[in-house]
This record gives sequence, structure tokens and C-alpha cells, in this order.
Amino acid sequence: MTDLTQHTIAELRDGFARRDFSAVEVAEAYTRAIEAAKVLNAYIVATPELALDQAKASDARLAKGEAGPLEGIPLGIKDLFCTRGVHSQAASHILDGFKPPYESTVTSQLWRDGAVMLGKLNMDEFAMGSSNETSFYGPVANPWRADGSNQALVPGGSSGGSAAAVAGMLCAAATATDTGGSIRQPAAFTGTVGIKPTYGRCSRWGIVAFASSLDQAGPIARTVRDAAIMLKSMSGNDPKDTTSADLPVPDFEAAIGRGVKGLRIGIPKEYRVDGMPGEIDNLWEEGKAWLRDAGATLVDISLPHTRYALPAYYIVAPAEASSNLARYDGVRYGLRVPGNDVIAMYENTRAAGFGREVKRRIMIGTYVLSAGYYDAYYLRAQKVRTLIKRDFETVFAEGVDAILTPATPSAAFEVGAMATASPIEMYLNDIFTVTVNMAGLPGIAVPAGKDRRGLPLGLQLIGRPFDEETLFAAGQVIENAAGRFTPERWW
Amino acid sequence: MTIAVRPPDPKKLIKGATGDWEVVVGMEVHAQVTSKAKLFSGASTEFGGEPNSHVSFVDAAMPGMLPVINAECVAQAVRTGLGLRAEINKRSVFDRKNYFYPDLPQGYQISQYKQPIVGEGEVIVDLSDGTSFTVGIERLHLEQDAGKSLHDQHATMSFVDLNRSGVALMEIVSRPDLRSAEEARAYLTKLRTILRYLGTCDGNMEEGSLRADVNVSVRRPGDPLGTRCEIKNVNSIRFVGQAVEVEARRQIGVLEDGGTIEQETRLFDPGRGETRPMRSKEEAHDYRYFPDPDLLPLEFTDAWVEALQGALPELPDAKKARFVADYGLSPYDAGVLVAERVSADYFEAVAKGRDAKAAANWVINELFGRLNKDGKALDESPISAAQLGGLIDLVADGTISGKIAKDLFEILWTEGGDPRQVVEARGLRQVTDTGAIEKTIDEVIAANPDKVEQAKAKPTLMGWFVGQVMKASGGKANPQAVNDILKRKLGLE
Repeated sequence: MTDLTQHTIAELRDGFARRDFSAVEVAEAYTRAIEAAKVLNAYIVATPELALDQAKASDARLAKGEAGPLEGIPLGIKDLFCTRGVHSQAASHILDGFKPPYESTVTSQLWRDGAVMLGKLNMDEFAMGSSNETSFYGPVANPWRADGSNQALVPGGSSGGSAAAVAGMLCAAATATDTGGSIRQPAAFTGTVGIKPTYGRCSRWGIVAFASSLDQAGPIARTVRDAAIMLKSMSGNDPKDTTSADLPVPDFEAAIGRGVKGLRIGIPKEYRVDGMPGEIDNLWEEGKAWLRDAGATLVDISLPHTRYALPAYYIVAPAEASSNLARYDGVRYGLRVPGNDVIAMYENTRAAGFGREVKRRIMIGTYVLSAGYYDAYYLRAQKVRTLIKRDFETVFAEGVDAILTPATPSAAFEVGAMATASPIEMYLNDIFTVTVNMAGLPGIAVPAGKDRRGLPLGLQLIGRPFDEETLFAAGQVIENAAGRFTPERWW
Repeated sequence: MTIAVRPPDPKKLIKGATGDWEVVVGMEVHAQVTSKAKLFSGASTEFGGEPNSHVSFVDAAMPGMLPVINAECVAQAVRTGLGLRAEINKRSVFDRKNYFYPDLPQGYQISQYKQPIVGEGEVIVDLSDGTSFTVGIERLHLEQDAGKSLHDQHATMSFVDLNRSGVALMEIVSRPDLRSAEEARAYLTKLRTILRYLGTCDGNMEEGSLRADVNVSVRRPGDPLGTRCEIKNVNSIRFVGQAVEVEARRQIGVLEDGGTIEQETRLFDPGRGETRPMRSKEEAHDYRYFPDPDLLPLEFTDAWVEALQGALPELPDAKKARFVADYGLSPYDAGVLVAERVSADYFEAVAKGRDAKAAANWVINELFGRLNKDGKALDESPISAAQLGGLIDLVADGTISGKIAKDLFEILWTEGGDPRQVVEARGLRQVTDTGAIEKTIDEVIAANPDKVEQAKAKPTLMGWFVGQVMKASGGKANPQAVNDILKRKLGLE
């Protein structure tokens, strides 16, 4: 029998239907794999008993012919999602011991559809980071290593645990979230598929907030099809989140085979940035050729405000974060470090509870919202945001169906490589992804090749609002041409 | 900010040691919206529950929780705006006001900063001397209430009760159009009346449903506005008047001693009859307002506003005008009756098909007087509108005299019953049989020959005779008949 952890969601679904294996067998295979992969540090908490219980229930439903769309599929859940009675701490010290008495809307929909929870995945603290090095629980190791090297690489972030677990066969797929690239960048760094859907496609209820106007949940999976299957279960209007869209959820999987014939794919000139490695450029050229060969028309487009996106993002996101993280005050849950009075208690708790990057962003956010600076920073950034949105609206109005860009400016880098760099260098990881969040659009990262060291690289497709279907269709064309990317197991 | 110009009224000026001063007052009133659930959560708004028994995950700011606007609170704010004849903003925005405090679990209050739901309006305020003036309303916005810190439950710790956390408040901001303590009281009284008519706030100041932040400054008549101090959280109409009074005196004292007024927040201490500073400027907050990204801008249609407008009750100003026009009441009496919707309704039930002035007199003088004496509210009145109407009917058709009517009122108050049956059962019917009255008068005259003589020279003694006759008849003699017959018999015609 082959290793059950090698199957995609689609393959598991078929195998369950044929009674090739049981949900319990699959869950146990993953539990063993997780146990054997502690060195990756992808999971903060594994929940094998819960997985076994859910798998048994899945087997019962499978036997009765009542299988849900994700019946028996073992998933990893980013620690940012609140899961009832289970560690939900956003990989932060300040939420020590927090086990919510409620379940996020997105995860509750996954369980509704029969999925099995393997545990909670590591991430950058409060989803702030691009390398998964800001986690209170330590960095995650990328299952990928450069050819002939033993050097640990980052899996990207903030959903680094999600991407590493999917690439390392430690779950069939994972939930993730993306505020500025936190799904797409780690997907690109690990040879996995990650989609950030349109803002409003998935409910934010029960997901620890980072920047409310930018945060979106989405899946990281091994194939475009698996990502489509996952997104269908994760999506849908939620009356508890008034920013969630009251729109029907399409059958994303059905869009997979559509192809790109007749589609107009935009190639934005502003995404060719200074100092971009030649192999990223080559990858982009290759992607264009695959889409053209599949029948798409390539169109040169301009998104003139792209270069302002990153600075504007690093004003808007910290501003919202500074307010969203005010609730972590030591009064009601999580860490409390005593002080002589309530102010001292706040200060001690927050000083001990937040890591450096989180503190940096709280301070930036507090600064840009302060009297006298609000107009110069926050208000201006919001204006830039409107212009970025308008850039996209213009090209879509001109008949562009989707936009092809690189997903990241480089492949995965070494753990600790950015330790002495300025924060800005780390923020540059998001250069191709933040515009999508600023405009609220859907974006998918699909593995497309390797760099000269043998590390995976990804391409990004950006779509019209609520047109994830075109992204799945075009993504599948890239996957068909590029093939799938699986790391050699070294752990 | 535009400031309505009211010429200084000499009667309202305050005499200082160095001349006259004018006090200028504006108010920010926090009115708790009458609603079953909180502004952004489904938790109950009921007053007086066990601490922390009406707290949802949203109110406690648990991680990942999101606010969802309560449509009824929005409707209540719009109704209030319509009642204040104000501009209704069909698009408004919720902002976060950021600050740390243990009873503010989110670390921010959701409020409306730059784009409130209601814009400029006005309130017509009536004073006891019969004059009225208009107070401009600058804006009304919706916001969340905070929880409550309890400092007296433990020797070293403070407790927090989040039952109020997230309850909807309307902040109603007036222009600085008030010029005396009396005007300040009258404005708050009128605003409270309007809110209670609309049913958008119960106006219960003891439970904290209505609180006022009072901005007070003083100036020489005709001068520009002086520096103001804000007196926070005044929780009774009487205290608003006292706070204005003592704060104006304090400021005048400072200025006349050559000092300057610091802009600051102060607290009114009714026990000591003084205001004192709350927090200094150094601790002034930077609230870092910004639009709440969890909430979409609040938008609604003209049709929705029109539907609310169409369903509004008759408001006190309109009711007062109608009482004056339709019932012929004095503006003062009409004003007293419309001060509460229940009293206006009670009056109208009594007045229906009867002499309205008599009804107003009975309601205002007898009923309100008696309620006041017993410390009862109108809805606790032992005498119903139907009973009081019945009593008035008995007077009108001559069955009982006015004096007996007052006795009957007392009987109805303490024992209840149908007025006509009480009159029959107790033999209170007025004697109009002139033969019987003549007989009584003859007896009184016969018993007092000296008084009869004196009366011829001093006709005012007539009143004494009337009293004797009424007494002899047990108050049941028709007073008019007694008067007529006495005059004739005493030869005073």
C-alpha cells in the first residue's frame, strides 16, 4: 500500500468512495507523519484524538452514503482560526492558554463538510511576518532544501506552518490567511497552491484579526483542484461578518477544466522590478508561453500606482492592527503580568506578551493614526489604496480577464538570513502580493518551476472581484504545464 | 462652528464684583437607546442583571469577534433625528475611538466621528414665564457604552461589570445656545420629553439612561465666547442647574481675581455643591479615530426614513399647540399636560366629550397635586381617567357641588368605586330643592338676629351665612341656590 499521506484531496475522495482505505487509516497515517516531522515545527499543537474521533464519524457517514464534500479529509488549521476548546493563540505569547469557547465560521464549515482536524499550525505571530520567524513557538523549517544543502530555509509567512505542512505531507490541505501575501508567498516558497479569495468571500468571524480591511482566509493545497475543493467549503456569506459578501458560492472545482482559450491575460509592466533575479523573469516568460499556448491572448497592461502599494500597505495594515490588538490587555484572557496598578499591568503584559515585530507594527500603527499625522499617513494611504483599486478596475474594464505576475521576488531564503536586515527588506517579500489585498481582489499562487538551487518558484494570477473561477481555470493550465513539486523528505 | 446669536438678556446676567457676566452653556447628552439588544451584539440591554450576565463574546472583545449593527438602534436614532427636526444622513460611518480602560474590553469604543447619522436640528424650549427659545442641535451620533468599573467590592482590586458594555447610546450635541441654569434645566427637560414621546430613550436618569456633559463658559455681555469647562456625567436635571450655577460662579471668581480659565473636564459634586477637575491636560487622550474596518458605512433609503417619519407619534410641540387651539387651554396648562405623553393621554381621555378646561383643572390641580403629595406616578394613580370623567359629569349636571366633588375625589382615591354609585350610596347628592334650602336658611337667620342686622351694614357677612347654611346642609345644598335665596332674605339684592 502506498503512503496514504501522498494522496491529494481528490484522490482521497475517490479512494474513500471505492473503500480503498478508511478515514481512520488516513488520519492515523497523518498522525504518524506529524509525529515524525517535529523538526519542521509546522504544528504548534497536534490533535490526534480529535482527528481519530472525527475520522470514525466520517467512516460512519461514508458507510451510510452520507459523505460530505470533505468527508474524512485531514486538515491542518492555522493557529489564527479559533477552534472550540483547542489552542488558538495566533502563535503569540500574549494569548497563552487561550482555548476559545467558539468555532470560527470557516472551520465550522469545514467540519460541517466532513473534514478532520489534525492540529493547529505554526505561523508568524498575529500573522505579521513573511518568514514564519516571528512565531512565539519558533521558526518553521521549509520541507525544501537547496540542492546539496542542509541549511534550513524559511517556508515564508505568515502562513508558514500551513505551507510547510502541505508540502511536507503533514495534512491533505490547510487553512491559511492572507493580509498582504501570507497565503501566496509561503505557497510559492513551498511548491504548493495557495489562493487568497476576494475580500468578503470567506467570513472573518472567529479568525483573530490582524488588519480587518485586508484579512482574508483561503486554503493552501497541493493542487489547483484541491484548492478549489477547499475554497468551496470555506466560502459563503455569514451574517456574523457584515463585510462578507452575500453572493452564491460557485462550484470552483467545475471551473478547473475550462482552460484559458479566448481569455485576455494582462502582463503588468510595473511588476518587473529592479534587481529581480533573472530566473524570476524567465519563469514569468515561461508562464506567459504556457497560457498563450493554451489559447489565451497576452495583453501588456499598466498598473501605474503599483509602486506606492507597499508603503501604503505598511501604513494601513499596522494602523488597523494597532487598534485590533488593543484588546490583548491581560484583563480577560491570555497572559497577565501583574503590575502596581492597571496601567503597569497593561504595560508589563504587552511588553512580555508581544514579540518584536508585533510591537513594531503596533507602534507604526499608533503613530500613523496620531493627531497631526493621520492626514499625512493614514488618510494618504487610503487615497493610494483607492488609486490602486482604480488601476485594476481600469484594466478589467478594458477586457482583461486575469493578470499574470511572479508570486515573489525570490525563492525561499535561509532561516535567520533577515535577522540583521532592515524590516523593509523583509517587507519587500510582499511586493507582488500586497496590491491584491489593497484592491480586495482574488489572487492565486501556483508552483511553476525551480530556481537554480532546486527551490520552487511560483506565479501569481490576479482576478476580477469574485471571479476565482478564472483563476482556478488558468492555474490548472500552469499546473498542467509545470507539473507538481514535491520536496525530497530529509526529516 | 456657527453660533446662534442671542442678544444678552439683562435678567439672565450674573452680578459679579466687577460687573455683569453672561453664562454660556452647551450640552452633550448621552441617551441610552431603547432596544432589546446592544448596538453591535445580541446581548440583552436589561437593567439590573447580575454583573456580567448580559455579555456576549463581542461585548467581551474575545479574539476574532465582529460587530454586527442592530437595525433597530439605527431606526431609533433616525426617529430621534426626525423628532429633533434634524437632517438625516443617509450615509454615515462608524469610527473607532481608541483608548485603554479596564471597562472598555476592545480597547476602542465604536462611535461616529466625522460622519454622524443625524446632522443639524433644533429643540424649542419653554420656560416657566411662558417664553420659549430655540436650541440648535449640532449632531446626533450612535456609539457604544462602556462597561462599569466597581472600586468598592474588594480591598485591593477593582471589579468590572460588562453588562452595559456595547449598549447603544445616542450622543446629542447642542450648540452653546443656553444662557442660564434655568435654560439648561429646561432644555434637558424638553429633550427628555421628546425622547420619551418618541420611545427612543426611557429618560431614566437614576439608572443612567440619560446623562449630560455640560459645557460652561462665562463672558462679559457682548464679548466673544470664553474658555469652557466640561462638567462630565451629570445625572439629574436638578444637578445640571446646580452645576451650571456653581461652575459659572467659580469661573467668574477666577476671572475677577485676574486669573484665566483652563479648558478642562470637571466633575460636579452635589454634596459639596462644587465642581472639581477630573483629569489634567497632560493626560489628554489622543483617541486616534479611524473608520472601523469591521463595519461597512451605514446606508439607507429615503423610503425607509419616510416610513419611520410616517409612524412617528404626535410630538409635544404639536400636541401643545393642538391643546391650546382645540381645547382652549392656556399655553401654560397645555405645557404642563404635554410634558409627559401619559399625562396628555390621560387628560384627553378625561376631556373627551366634556368641558376641557374643567378637565384640565381637575387633572392638573387635583390629580397631579394628589399624586405629588403621595409621591406616585400617573400610571400608579388610583383614579382612572374614566372615574375622574364621571366625577366631572356629576358636577356638570348639578348632581354634586364643587365642594362635594372634592370629597368624592378623596373617596375615589382611597376606596375607589363608580363615582355615581358612590354619590348615591353616601347620599352626597346636592340639594336643589329650594323649599328645603329656604327652611335651612330660615333656621340660620332665626338663630342669628344680631348677624342679620350687621349684614345690612356690612354685606360681606353674607359669606358667613353661606358657610353656616352649607354646614347645616352637610355641604349638599346647591351653593347658587343658597346665594340667591340668602341675598333675598337678607335684603341685600
